[in-house]
Amino acid sequence: MKRAGIVALNTFREAVRDRVLYNLVFFALVMMVAAILVGQISMGIEDEVIVSLGLSAISIIGLLIAVFIGVGLVSKEMDKRTLYALLAKPLRRWEFLAGKFAGLVLTLTVNTAAMAAGLFLALYYVKHSLERTDAVVLVAVYFILLKLALVVALAMLFSCFTSPLLAILFTGGLYVAGLFVHEMRGVGSALISPALAAILQGISYLLPNFENFDVMGAAAHGRSVAGALIAQNTAYAALYSLIVLSVASAIFSQRNLR
Amino acid sequence: MAEAAIEIENLTKDYPYGFLQLKKKRSLEGLTMQVQSGEVFGFLGPNGAGKSTTIKLLMRLIFPTAGSARILGKPISDISMHRNIGYLPEQPYFYDYLTAAEVLDYFARFHDFAAEKRRARVAGMLKKVGLESAGQIQLRKYSKGMLQRVGLAQAILHDPEVVVLDEPMSGLDPVGRREVRDIILELKKQGKTVLFSTHILSDAEMLCDRVGVIVGGKLQGVGAPSEMVGLKAQGMEILFELSGAGESGKAVIAQATRTGDRYRLHVEESELYAAIDRLHAAGARILSVTQVKPSLEEYFMHLVAADRAQAAAVEVSGK
Repeated sequence: MKRAGIVALNTFREAVRDRVLYNLVFFALVMMVAAILVGQISMGIEDEVIVSLGLSAISIIGLLIAVFIGVGLVSKEMDKRTLYALLAKPLRRWEFLAGKFAGLVLTLTVNTAAMAAGLFLALYYVKHSLERTDAVVLVAVYFILLKLALVVALAMLFSCFTSPLLAILFTGGLYVAGLFVHEMRGVGSALISPALAAILQGISYLLPNFENFDVMGAAAHGRSVAGALIAQNTAYAALYSLIVLSVASAIFSQRNLR
Repeated sequence: MAEAAIEIENLTKDYPYGFLQLKKKRSLEGLTMQVQSGEVFGFLGPNGAGKSTTIKLLMRLIFPTAGSARILGKPISDISMHRNIGYLPEQPYFYDYLTAAEVLDYFARFHDFAAEKRRARVAGMLKKVGLESAGQIQLRKYSKGMLQRVGLAQAILHDPEVVVLDEPMSGLDPVGRREVRDIILELKKQGKTVLFSTHILSDAEMLCDRVGVIVGGKLQGVGAPSEMVGLKAQGMEILFELSGAGESGKAVIAQATRTGDRYRLHVEESELYAAIDRLHAAGARILSVTQVKPSLEEYFMHLVAADRAQAAAVEVSGK
Protein backbone atom coordinates (compact mmCIF):
# COMPACT_ATOMS: atom_id res chain seq x y z
CA MET A 1 0.00 0.00 0.00
CA LYS A 2 2.99 2.28 0.49
CA ARG A 3 3.56 2.27 -3.28
CA ALA A 4 -0.10 3.15 -3.89
CA GLY A 5 0.45 6.07 -1.51
CA ILE A 6 3.38 7.31 -3.62
CA VAL A 7 1.15 7.26 -6.71
CA ALA A 8 -1.66 8.99 -4.78
CA LEU A 9 0.53 11.88 -3.68
CA ASN A 10 1.81 12.36 -7.21
CA THR A 11 -1.75 12.32 -8.55
CA PHE A 12 -2.67 15.04 -6.07
CA ARG A 13 0.39 17.05 -7.10
CA GLU A 14 -0.61 16.62 -10.76
CA ALA A 15 -4.12 17.92 -10.05
CA VAL A 16 -2.77 20.93 -8.18
CA ARG A 17 -0.25 21.78 -10.92
CA ASP A 18 -2.84 21.26 -13.65
CA ARG A 19 -4.81 23.99 -11.87
CA VAL A 20 -7.76 21.73 -11.05
CA LEU A 21 -8.29 23.66 -7.81
CA TYR A 22 -8.83 26.87 -9.80
CA ASN A 23 -12.52 25.88 -9.89
CA LEU A 24 -12.59 27.19 -6.32
CA VAL A 25 -12.35 30.72 -7.70
CA PHE A 26 -15.50 30.07 -9.74
CA PHE A 27 -17.24 28.63 -6.68
CA ALA A 28 -16.21 31.61 -4.55
CA LEU A 29 -17.64 33.99 -7.15
CA VAL A 30 -20.94 32.05 -7.25
CA MET A 31 -21.22 32.12 -3.47
CA MET A 32 -20.36 35.83 -3.23
CA VAL A 33 -22.88 36.83 -5.87
CA ALA A 34 -25.51 34.54 -4.32
CA ALA A 35 -24.91 35.90 -0.82
CA ILE A 36 -25.36 39.48 -2.02
CA LEU A 37 -28.38 38.82 -4.22
CA VAL A 38 -30.19 36.33 -2.04
CA GLY A 39 -30.99 38.90 0.64
CA GLN A 40 -32.74 41.03 -1.96
CA ILE A 41 -34.81 38.35 -3.72
CA SER A 42 -35.68 35.74 -1.08
CA MET A 43 -37.07 37.25 2.08
CA GLY A 44 -36.88 34.92 5.10
CA ILE A 45 -35.44 31.90 3.32
CA GLU A 46 -31.97 33.30 2.58
CA ASP A 47 -30.16 30.49 4.40
CA GLU A 48 -32.18 27.78 2.61
CA VAL A 49 -31.34 29.29 -0.77
CA ILE A 50 -27.68 29.68 0.10
CA VAL A 51 -27.41 26.07 1.35
CA SER A 52 -29.24 24.64 -1.67
CA LEU A 53 -27.22 26.70 -4.10
CA GLY A 54 -23.92 25.98 -2.35
CA LEU A 55 -24.48 22.23 -2.08
CA SER A 56 -25.63 22.07 -5.71
CA ALA A 57 -22.50 23.91 -6.83
CA ILE A 58 -20.27 21.63 -4.72
CA SER A 59 -21.96 18.60 -6.22
CA ILE A 60 -21.85 19.75 -9.86
CA ILE A 61 -18.26 21.01 -9.75
CA GLY A 62 -17.18 17.85 -7.94
CA LEU A 63 -18.97 15.65 -10.47
CA LEU A 64 -17.30 17.40 -13.40
CA ILE A 65 -13.88 16.87 -11.80
CA ALA A 66 -14.65 13.27 -10.81
CA VAL A 67 -15.86 12.26 -14.27
CA PHE A 68 -13.45 14.14 -16.52
CA ILE A 69 -10.31 13.75 -14.44
CA GLY A 70 -11.32 10.28 -13.23
CA VAL A 71 -11.52 9.04 -16.81
CA GLY A 72 -8.18 10.65 -17.65
CA LEU A 73 -6.38 9.14 -14.65
CA VAL A 74 -5.61 5.91 -16.47
CA SER A 75 -6.26 6.73 -20.12
CA LYS A 76 -3.95 9.75 -20.13
CA GLU A 77 -1.12 7.70 -18.65
CA MET A 78 -1.66 5.06 -21.34
CA ASP A 79 -1.95 7.55 -24.20
CA LYS A 80 1.12 9.52 -23.18
CA ARG A 81 2.93 6.31 -22.23
CA THR A 82 4.02 7.72 -18.87
CA LEU A 83 2.82 4.40 -17.51
CA TYR A 84 5.57 2.39 -19.23
CA ALA A 85 8.45 3.53 -17.06
CA LEU A 86 6.24 3.44 -13.96
CA LEU A 87 5.07 -0.15 -14.38
CA ALA A 88 8.68 -1.27 -14.84
CA LYS A 89 9.19 -0.28 -11.20
CA PRO A 90 8.20 -2.65 -8.39
CA LEU A 91 4.59 -1.50 -8.61
CA ARG A 92 1.62 -3.77 -9.18
CA ARG A 93 -1.09 -2.62 -11.52
CA TRP A 94 -3.74 -2.69 -8.79
CA GLU A 95 -1.49 -0.54 -6.64
CA PHE A 96 -1.27 1.96 -9.48
CA LEU A 97 -5.08 2.04 -9.79
CA ALA A 98 -5.57 2.30 -6.03
CA GLY A 99 -3.04 5.14 -5.89
CA LYS A 100 -4.70 7.03 -8.73
CA PHE A 101 -8.09 6.62 -7.07
CA ALA A 102 -6.82 7.76 -3.69
CA GLY A 103 -5.01 10.73 -5.27
CA LEU A 104 -8.12 12.03 -6.98
CA VAL A 105 -10.28 11.42 -3.90
CA LEU A 106 -7.72 13.39 -1.89
CA THR A 107 -7.95 16.21 -4.46
CA LEU A 108 -11.73 16.14 -4.28
CA THR A 109 -11.61 16.14 -0.47
CA VAL A 110 -9.43 19.25 -0.40
CA ASN A 111 -11.59 20.86 -3.07
CA THR A 112 -14.86 19.99 -1.34
CA ALA A 113 -13.56 21.09 2.05
CA ALA A 114 -12.55 24.47 0.62
CA MET A 115 -15.95 24.86 -1.05
CA ALA A 116 -17.71 23.86 2.18
CA ALA A 117 -15.73 26.54 4.01
CA GLY A 118 -16.88 29.04 1.36
CA LEU A 119 -20.48 27.91 1.82
CA PHE A 120 -20.30 28.44 5.59
CA LEU A 121 -18.79 31.89 5.07
CA ALA A 122 -21.67 32.82 2.75
CA LEU A 123 -24.13 31.37 5.26
CA TYR A 124 -22.57 33.42 8.05
CA TYR A 125 -22.72 36.53 5.84
CA VAL A 126 -26.44 36.01 5.28
CA LYS A 127 -27.47 34.90 8.81
CA HIS A 128 -24.77 36.77 10.79
CA SER A 129 -24.45 33.63 12.93
CA LEU A 130 -24.07 29.84 12.69
CA GLU A 131 -26.23 27.39 14.62
CA ARG A 132 -25.92 23.76 15.72
CA THR A 133 -28.46 22.71 13.09
CA ASP A 134 -26.12 24.02 10.39
CA ALA A 135 -23.93 21.00 11.13
CA VAL A 136 -26.22 18.96 8.90
CA VAL A 137 -24.74 20.90 5.98
CA LEU A 138 -21.45 19.20 6.82
CA VAL A 139 -23.19 15.81 6.61
CA ALA A 140 -24.55 16.77 3.19
CA VAL A 141 -21.06 17.76 2.07
CA TYR A 142 -19.69 14.46 3.37
CA PHE A 143 -22.34 12.55 1.40
CA ILE A 144 -21.42 14.50 -1.73
CA LEU A 145 -17.82 13.43 -1.18
CA LEU A 146 -18.85 9.77 -0.82
CA LYS A 147 -20.84 10.08 -4.03
CA LEU A 148 -17.86 11.62 -5.83
CA ALA A 149 -15.56 8.81 -4.68
CA LEU A 150 -17.97 6.30 -6.16
CA VAL A 151 -18.14 8.26 -9.43
CA VAL A 152 -14.32 8.31 -9.62
CA ALA A 153 -14.25 4.52 -9.18
CA LEU A 154 -16.80 4.10 -11.99
CA ALA A 155 -14.94 6.50 -14.29
CA MET A 156 -11.72 4.56 -13.69
CA LEU A 157 -13.45 1.24 -14.35
CA PHE A 158 -14.78 2.37 -17.73
CA SER A 159 -11.51 4.01 -18.74
CA CYS A 160 -9.76 0.65 -18.21
CA PHE A 161 -11.46 -0.96 -21.19
CA THR A 162 -12.93 1.73 -23.41
CA SER A 163 -12.10 5.09 -24.98
CA PRO A 164 -12.18 8.25 -22.82
CA LEU A 165 -15.27 9.58 -24.61
CA LEU A 166 -17.23 6.38 -24.08
CA ALA A 167 -16.00 6.18 -20.50
CA ILE A 168 -17.37 9.69 -19.86
CA LEU A 169 -20.70 8.74 -21.44
CA PHE A 170 -20.95 5.46 -19.51
CA THR A 171 -20.06 7.12 -16.20
CA GLY A 172 -22.48 9.99 -16.81
CA GLY A 173 -25.21 7.55 -17.87
CA LEU A 174 -24.72 5.36 -14.84
CA TYR A 175 -24.78 8.40 -12.56
CA VAL A 176 -28.08 9.60 -14.00
CA ALA A 177 -29.54 6.07 -13.81
CA GLY A 178 -28.33 5.86 -10.20
CA LEU A 179 -30.44 8.89 -9.33
CA PHE A 180 -33.62 6.98 -10.21
CA VAL A 181 -33.20 3.62 -8.49
CA HIS A 182 -36.16 4.17 -6.16
CA GLU A 183 -38.38 5.03 -9.12
CA MET A 184 -37.18 1.89 -10.91
CA ARG A 185 -38.10 -0.22 -7.90
CA GLY A 186 -41.46 1.49 -7.63
CA VAL A 187 -42.61 0.84 -11.18
CA GLY A 188 -45.54 -1.47 -10.67
CA SER A 189 -46.69 -4.32 -12.85
CA ALA A 190 -49.77 -2.24 -13.69
CA LEU A 191 -47.63 -0.11 -15.98
CA ILE A 192 -45.29 -2.75 -17.41
CA SER A 193 -45.24 -6.53 -17.62
CA PRO A 194 -44.36 -8.38 -14.37
CA ALA A 195 -41.25 -9.86 -16.00
CA LEU A 196 -39.98 -6.45 -17.06
CA ALA A 197 -40.78 -5.03 -13.62
CA ALA A 198 -38.75 -7.84 -12.03
CA ILE A 199 -35.83 -7.21 -14.39
CA LEU A 200 -35.99 -3.49 -13.67
CA GLN A 201 -36.01 -4.18 -9.95
CA GLY A 202 -33.00 -6.48 -10.29
CA ILE A 203 -31.09 -3.84 -12.26
CA SER A 204 -31.95 -1.19 -9.69
CA TYR A 205 -30.15 -3.19 -7.01
CA LEU A 206 -27.06 -3.52 -9.18
CA LEU A 207 -26.91 0.18 -10.03
CA PRO A 208 -25.10 2.53 -7.67
CA ASN A 209 -27.77 4.17 -5.57
CA PHE A 210 -26.93 7.86 -5.75
CA GLU A 211 -30.32 8.91 -4.39
CA ASN A 212 -29.30 7.84 -0.88
CA PHE A 213 -26.52 10.44 -0.86
CA ASP A 214 -28.92 13.32 -1.43
CA VAL A 215 -29.83 15.05 1.85
CA MET A 216 -29.88 18.53 0.39
CA GLY A 217 -33.51 19.10 1.45
CA ALA A 218 -32.76 18.18 5.07
CA ALA A 219 -29.65 20.37 5.06
CA ALA A 220 -31.50 23.35 3.62
CA HIS A 221 -34.24 23.10 6.25
CA GLY A 222 -31.93 22.30 9.16
CA ARG A 223 -33.41 18.81 9.69
CA SER A 224 -31.07 16.29 11.25
CA VAL A 225 -29.78 13.23 9.43
CA ALA A 226 -29.85 9.89 11.26
CA GLY A 227 -26.50 8.49 12.34
CA ALA A 228 -27.54 5.14 10.87
CA LEU A 229 -27.82 6.73 7.43
CA ILE A 230 -24.34 8.20 7.77
CA ALA A 231 -22.95 4.77 8.67
CA GLN A 232 -24.96 3.05 5.95
CA ASN A 233 -23.90 5.49 3.22
CA THR A 234 -20.26 5.30 4.31
CA ALA A 235 -20.28 1.51 4.21
CA TYR A 236 -22.19 1.47 0.92
CA ALA A 237 -19.81 3.89 -0.83
CA ALA A 238 -16.73 2.07 0.51
CA LEU A 239 -17.97 -1.38 -0.45
CA TYR A 240 -19.33 -0.38 -3.86
CA SER A 241 -16.10 1.52 -4.69
CA LEU A 242 -14.04 -1.47 -3.56
CA ILE A 243 -16.01 -3.82 -5.81
CA VAL A 244 -15.80 -1.44 -8.79
CA LEU A 245 -12.06 -0.92 -8.28
CA SER A 246 -11.51 -4.67 -7.94
CA VAL A 247 -13.22 -5.25 -11.29
CA ALA A 248 -11.21 -2.35 -12.81
CA SER A 249 -8.04 -3.87 -11.41
CA ALA A 250 -8.84 -7.32 -12.82
CA ILE A 251 -9.41 -5.79 -16.28
CA PHE A 252 -6.40 -3.47 -16.14
CA SER A 253 -4.09 -6.25 -14.94
CA GLN A 254 -4.76 -8.17 -18.16
CA ARG A 255 -4.60 -5.21 -20.48
CA ASN A 256 -1.88 -4.96 -23.12
CA LEU A 257 -0.33 -1.49 -23.18
CA ARG A 258 0.51 -0.66 -26.78
CA MET B 1 30.07 -20.27 -18.75
CA ALA B 2 28.33 -17.15 -17.45
CA GLU B 3 24.88 -17.51 -15.99
CA ALA B 4 21.96 -16.30 -18.10
CA ALA B 5 20.52 -13.01 -16.83
CA ILE B 6 17.61 -13.09 -19.29
CA GLU B 7 16.12 -16.34 -20.53
CA ILE B 8 13.43 -16.23 -23.18
CA GLU B 9 11.65 -19.41 -24.16
CA ASN B 10 9.39 -19.68 -27.20
CA LEU B 11 7.92 -16.21 -26.65
CA THR B 12 5.08 -15.52 -29.07
CA LYS B 13 2.77 -12.54 -29.36
CA ASP B 14 -0.33 -12.16 -31.51
CA TYR B 15 -2.20 -8.87 -31.73
CA PRO B 16 -5.91 -9.10 -32.48
CA TYR B 17 -7.27 -6.64 -35.03
CA GLY B 18 -10.38 -5.91 -37.06
CA PHE B 19 -13.76 -4.62 -35.87
CA LEU B 20 -14.46 -7.65 -33.69
CA GLN B 21 -10.78 -8.24 -32.95
CA LEU B 22 -11.11 -11.75 -34.35
CA LYS B 23 -8.21 -11.58 -36.80
CA LYS B 24 -4.71 -11.94 -35.45
CA LYS B 25 -1.39 -10.54 -36.55
CA ARG B 26 1.69 -12.35 -35.29
CA SER B 27 4.19 -9.82 -34.04
CA LEU B 28 6.66 -12.22 -32.46
CA GLU B 29 7.09 -15.89 -33.26
CA GLY B 30 8.65 -18.43 -30.95
CA LEU B 31 11.53 -16.28 -29.72
CA THR B 32 14.06 -18.30 -27.77
CA MET B 33 17.30 -16.71 -26.65
CA GLN B 34 19.45 -15.91 -23.65
CA VAL B 35 21.38 -12.87 -22.54
CA GLN B 36 24.34 -13.81 -20.38
CA SER B 37 25.07 -12.08 -17.13
CA GLY B 38 27.40 -9.11 -17.58
CA GLU B 39 27.15 -8.90 -21.34
CA VAL B 40 25.95 -6.09 -23.57
CA PHE B 41 23.43 -7.58 -25.94
CA GLY B 42 22.14 -5.70 -28.96
CA PHE B 43 18.72 -6.49 -30.28
CA LEU B 44 18.70 -5.51 -33.93
CA GLY B 45 15.94 -5.32 -36.43
CA PRO B 46 14.14 -2.96 -38.78
CA ASN B 47 11.09 -1.02 -37.60
CA GLY B 48 8.21 -3.34 -36.76
CA ALA B 49 10.46 -6.40 -36.50
CA GLY B 50 9.39 -7.24 -32.95
CA LYS B 51 12.14 -5.63 -30.87
CA SER B 52 9.88 -3.39 -28.80
CA THR B 53 7.29 -6.16 -28.53
CA THR B 54 9.92 -8.43 -26.97
CA ILE B 55 11.02 -5.75 -24.54
CA LYS B 56 7.44 -4.88 -23.59
CA LEU B 57 6.76 -8.56 -22.98
CA LEU B 58 9.78 -8.73 -20.69
CA MET B 59 8.52 -5.67 -18.80
CA ARG B 60 4.99 -7.14 -18.57
CA LEU B 61 3.52 -4.14 -20.36
CA ILE B 62 1.96 -6.66 -22.74
CA PHE B 63 1.29 -10.34 -22.19
CA PRO B 64 2.50 -13.25 -24.31
CA THR B 65 0.24 -15.44 -26.42
CA ALA B 66 2.66 -18.29 -25.69
CA GLY B 67 6.05 -18.84 -24.12
CA SER B 68 7.78 -17.61 -21.00
CA ALA B 69 10.73 -15.55 -19.82
CA ARG B 70 12.87 -15.29 -16.73
CA ILE B 71 15.07 -12.45 -15.58
CA LEU B 72 17.75 -13.09 -12.97
CA GLY B 73 16.22 -16.51 -12.46
CA LYS B 74 12.76 -15.20 -11.62
CA PRO B 75 9.69 -15.45 -13.85
CA ILE B 76 8.79 -12.07 -15.29
CA SER B 77 5.44 -12.16 -13.48
CA ASP B 78 7.32 -11.85 -10.16
CA ILE B 79 7.07 -8.20 -9.14
CA SER B 80 10.21 -8.39 -6.98
CA MET B 81 12.20 -8.90 -10.20
CA HIS B 82 11.56 -5.23 -10.99
CA ARG B 83 13.78 -4.14 -8.12
CA ASN B 84 16.78 -5.23 -10.11
CA ILE B 85 15.71 -4.07 -13.54
CA GLY B 86 16.05 -0.71 -15.21
CA TYR B 87 13.94 0.04 -18.27
CA LEU B 88 14.04 2.86 -20.77
CA PRO B 89 10.93 2.87 -22.97
CA GLU B 90 11.12 3.85 -26.63
CA GLN B 91 10.58 7.61 -27.02
CA PRO B 92 10.02 8.05 -23.30
CA TYR B 93 7.55 10.59 -22.02
CA PHE B 94 7.17 11.67 -18.43
CA TYR B 95 4.90 13.90 -16.41
CA ASP B 96 4.90 17.38 -17.95
CA TYR B 97 4.19 19.08 -14.68
CA LEU B 98 7.21 17.65 -12.88
CA THR B 99 10.83 18.76 -13.09
CA ALA B 100 13.50 16.20 -13.97
CA ALA B 101 14.59 16.10 -10.32
CA GLU B 102 10.99 15.53 -9.18
CA VAL B 103 10.31 12.75 -11.67
CA LEU B 104 13.51 10.96 -10.64
CA ASP B 105 12.63 11.43 -6.98
CA TYR B 106 9.16 10.01 -7.70
CA PHE B 107 10.59 6.89 -9.35
CA ALA B 108 13.24 6.51 -6.64
CA ARG B 109 10.55 6.30 -3.97
CA PHE B 110 9.42 2.95 -5.39
CA HIS B 111 12.83 1.54 -4.53
CA ASP B 112 12.57 2.42 -0.83
CA PHE B 113 15.61 4.68 -0.68
CA ALA B 114 15.95 6.76 2.47
CA ALA B 115 15.33 10.47 1.82
CA GLU B 116 19.00 11.42 2.07
CA LYS B 117 20.16 8.65 -0.25
CA ARG B 118 17.34 9.42 -2.66
CA ARG B 119 18.38 13.05 -2.97
CA ALA B 120 22.01 12.07 -3.49
CA ARG B 121 21.15 9.51 -6.17
CA VAL B 122 18.85 11.92 -8.03
CA ALA B 123 21.55 14.61 -8.05
CA GLY B 124 24.16 12.06 -9.16
CA MET B 125 21.98 10.79 -12.00
CA LEU B 126 21.18 14.28 -13.27
CA LYS B 127 24.91 14.97 -13.40
CA LYS B 128 25.61 11.68 -15.13
CA VAL B 129 23.16 12.33 -17.96
CA GLY B 130 24.18 15.96 -18.36
CA LEU B 131 21.02 17.53 -16.91
CA GLU B 132 22.57 19.00 -13.79
CA SER B 133 21.64 22.56 -14.72
CA ALA B 134 18.20 21.65 -16.13
CA GLY B 135 17.07 19.51 -13.19
CA GLN B 136 14.67 22.13 -11.83
CA ILE B 137 12.94 22.85 -15.14
CA GLN B 138 9.52 21.30 -15.81
CA LEU B 139 9.65 18.50 -18.37
CA ARG B 140 7.13 20.27 -20.61
CA LYS B 141 10.03 22.52 -21.64
CA TYR B 142 12.39 19.64 -22.45
CA SER B 143 13.51 18.63 -25.94
CA LYS B 144 13.19 15.03 -27.14
CA GLY B 145 16.87 14.44 -26.48
CA MET B 146 16.61 15.78 -22.94
CA LEU B 147 13.63 13.51 -22.24
CA GLN B 148 15.70 10.60 -23.51
CA ARG B 149 18.36 11.50 -20.94
CA VAL B 150 15.75 11.63 -18.17
CA GLY B 151 14.57 8.22 -19.34
CA LEU B 152 18.06 6.84 -19.13
CA ALA B 153 18.58 8.36 -15.69
CA GLN B 154 15.40 6.77 -14.28
CA ALA B 155 16.41 3.42 -15.77
CA ILE B 156 19.73 3.27 -13.91
CA LEU B 157 18.75 5.34 -10.87
CA HIS B 158 18.44 2.34 -8.54
CA ASP B 159 21.65 0.65 -9.72
CA PRO B 160 19.88 -2.34 -11.31
CA GLU B 161 21.62 -5.58 -12.30
CA VAL B 162 19.84 -5.74 -15.64
CA VAL B 163 19.25 -2.68 -17.81
CA VAL B 164 16.83 -2.90 -20.75
CA LEU B 165 16.95 0.03 -23.13
CA ASP B 166 14.51 0.38 -26.02
CA GLU B 167 16.15 2.46 -28.76
CA PRO B 168 18.36 4.44 -26.34
CA MET B 169 20.04 6.47 -29.11
CA SER B 170 16.78 7.56 -30.68
CA GLY B 171 16.33 11.32 -30.86
CA LEU B 172 19.83 12.09 -29.67
CA ASP B 173 22.40 14.30 -31.38
CA PRO B 174 25.96 12.95 -31.89
CA VAL B 175 27.05 14.27 -28.49
CA GLY B 176 24.09 12.64 -26.77
CA ARG B 177 24.69 9.36 -28.60
CA ARG B 178 28.29 9.38 -27.49
CA GLU B 179 27.23 10.00 -23.89
CA VAL B 180 24.75 7.13 -23.99
CA ARG B 181 27.42 4.85 -25.45
CA ASP B 182 29.74 5.85 -22.61
CA ILE B 183 27.05 5.09 -20.04
CA ILE B 184 26.44 1.65 -21.58
CA LEU B 185 30.18 0.93 -21.52
CA GLU B 186 30.35 2.08 -17.90
CA LEU B 187 27.48 -0.26 -17.02
CA LYS B 188 29.38 -3.08 -18.69
CA LYS B 189 32.49 -2.23 -16.66
CA GLN B 190 30.38 -2.45 -13.51
CA GLY B 191 29.33 -5.95 -14.55
CA LYS B 192 25.73 -5.06 -15.38
CA THR B 193 23.77 -6.88 -18.03
CA VAL B 194 22.53 -4.57 -20.77
CA LEU B 195 19.95 -5.48 -23.40
CA PHE B 196 19.27 -2.71 -25.86
CA SER B 197 17.36 -2.54 -29.09
CA THR B 198 18.52 -0.43 -31.95
CA HIS B 199 18.51 -0.13 -35.68
CA ILE B 200 21.72 1.88 -35.63
CA LEU B 201 24.12 -0.89 -36.52
CA SER B 202 27.35 1.01 -35.92
CA ASP B 203 26.33 1.43 -32.26
CA ALA B 204 25.69 -2.29 -31.96
CA GLU B 205 29.02 -3.16 -33.58
CA MET B 206 30.82 -0.78 -31.25
CA LEU B 207 29.13 -1.77 -27.97
CA CYS B 208 27.83 -5.30 -28.08
CA ASP B 209 29.38 -8.55 -26.96
CA ARG B 210 26.62 -10.30 -28.88
CA VAL B 211 23.74 -9.25 -31.05
CA GLY B 212 20.48 -10.89 -31.99
CA VAL B 213 18.90 -10.00 -35.32
CA ILE B 214 15.12 -10.14 -35.51
CA VAL B 215 13.24 -9.67 -38.75
CA GLY B 216 9.50 -10.14 -39.29
CA GLY B 217 8.99 -11.32 -35.70
CA LYS B 218 11.50 -14.16 -36.07
CA LEU B 219 14.99 -14.35 -34.63
CA GLN B 220 17.36 -14.76 -37.57
CA GLY B 221 20.61 -15.21 -35.70
CA VAL B 222 22.49 -14.60 -32.45
CA GLY B 223 26.21 -14.19 -31.97
CA ALA B 224 29.16 -11.84 -31.66
CA PRO B 225 29.04 -9.18 -34.39
CA SER B 226 32.20 -10.59 -35.99
CA GLU B 227 30.81 -14.14 -35.89
CA MET B 228 27.54 -13.01 -37.37
CA VAL B 229 29.06 -11.55 -40.50
CA GLY B 230 31.84 -14.15 -40.89
CA LEU B 231 35.53 -13.43 -40.59
CA LYS B 232 36.38 -14.15 -44.20
CA ALA B 233 37.77 -11.06 -45.88
CA GLN B 234 36.15 -9.91 -49.08
CA GLY B 235 39.32 -8.59 -50.76
CA MET B 236 41.60 -5.61 -50.17
CA GLU B 237 41.14 -1.90 -50.61
CA ILE B 238 44.04 0.37 -51.63
CA LEU B 239 43.68 4.09 -51.00
CA PHE B 240 45.95 6.21 -53.19
CA GLU B 241 46.60 9.64 -54.69
CA LEU B 242 47.61 10.20 -58.28
CA SER B 243 48.24 13.45 -60.10
CA GLY B 244 49.13 13.93 -63.76
CA ALA B 245 48.41 10.33 -64.71
CA GLY B 246 49.88 8.93 -67.89
CA GLU B 247 48.46 6.05 -69.95
CA SER B 248 49.20 3.42 -67.29
CA GLY B 249 47.79 5.73 -64.62
CA LYS B 250 44.56 6.22 -66.55
CA ALA B 251 44.13 2.45 -66.80
CA VAL B 252 44.47 2.14 -63.01
CA ILE B 253 42.12 5.07 -62.36
CA ALA B 254 39.51 3.51 -64.62
CA GLN B 255 39.27 0.58 -62.20
CA ALA B 256 39.21 2.74 -59.05
CA THR B 257 36.53 4.82 -57.32
CA ARG B 258 37.25 8.51 -56.80
CA THR B 259 36.51 10.21 -53.47
CA GLY B 260 37.66 13.84 -53.51
CA ASP B 261 41.35 13.86 -54.46
CA ARG B 262 41.79 10.22 -53.58
CA TYR B 263 41.07 6.90 -55.24
CA ARG B 264 40.00 3.56 -53.83
CA LEU B 265 40.92 0.40 -55.65
CA HIS B 266 39.28 -2.89 -54.66
CA VAL B 267 41.33 -5.99 -55.52
CA GLU B 268 41.40 -9.67 -54.61
CA GLU B 269 43.89 -10.55 -51.88
CA SER B 270 45.92 -12.67 -54.35
CA GLU B 271 46.26 -9.70 -56.71
CA LEU B 272 47.33 -7.19 -54.05
CA TYR B 273 51.08 -7.04 -54.79
CA ALA B 274 50.57 -6.89 -58.55
CA ALA B 275 48.15 -3.99 -58.07
CA ILE B 276 50.64 -2.17 -55.82
CA ASP B 277 53.34 -2.63 -58.48
CA ARG B 278 51.02 -1.18 -61.14
CA LEU B 279 50.22 1.80 -58.92
CA HIS B 280 53.92 2.42 -58.25
CA ALA B 281 54.63 2.25 -61.96
CA ALA B 282 51.87 4.79 -62.62
CA GLY B 283 53.40 7.20 -60.06
CA ALA B 284 50.62 6.83 -57.45
CA ARG B 285 51.21 7.54 -53.77
CA ILE B 286 49.69 4.70 -51.72
CA LEU B 287 48.07 6.00 -48.53
CA SER B 288 46.68 2.80 -47.01
CA VAL B 289 45.87 -0.85 -47.66
CA THR B 290 42.98 -2.36 -45.71
CA GLN B 291 41.26 -5.70 -45.61
CA VAL B 292 37.60 -5.49 -46.63
CA LYS B 293 35.24 -7.40 -44.32
CA PRO B 294 31.50 -7.56 -44.64
CA SER B 295 29.86 -5.15 -42.16
CA LEU B 296 27.03 -5.92 -39.80
CA GLU B 297 24.95 -3.61 -41.96
CA GLU B 298 25.51 -5.77 -45.04
CA TYR B 299 24.61 -8.89 -43.09
CA PHE B 300 21.55 -7.14 -41.70
CA MET B 301 20.41 -5.89 -45.10
CA HIS B 302 20.87 -9.38 -46.50
CA LEU B 303 18.54 -10.82 -43.82
CA VAL B 304 15.95 -8.08 -44.35
CA ALA B 305 16.02 -8.59 -48.13
CA ALA B 306 15.65 -12.36 -47.69
CA ASP B 307 12.67 -11.87 -45.37
CA ARG B 308 11.00 -9.47 -47.78
CA ALA B 309 11.59 -11.85 -50.70
CA GLN B 310 10.04 -14.67 -48.67
CA ALA B 311 7.05 -12.51 -47.73
CA ALA B 312 6.57 -11.54 -51.38
CA ALA B 313 6.78 -15.23 -52.43
CA VAL B 314 4.13 -16.18 -49.86
CA GLU B 315 1.91 -13.35 -51.13
CA VAL B 316 2.30 -14.47 -54.75
CA SER B 317 1.63 -18.13 -53.93
CA GLY B 318 -1.38 -17.02 -51.87
CA LYS B 319 -2.83 -15.37 -54.94
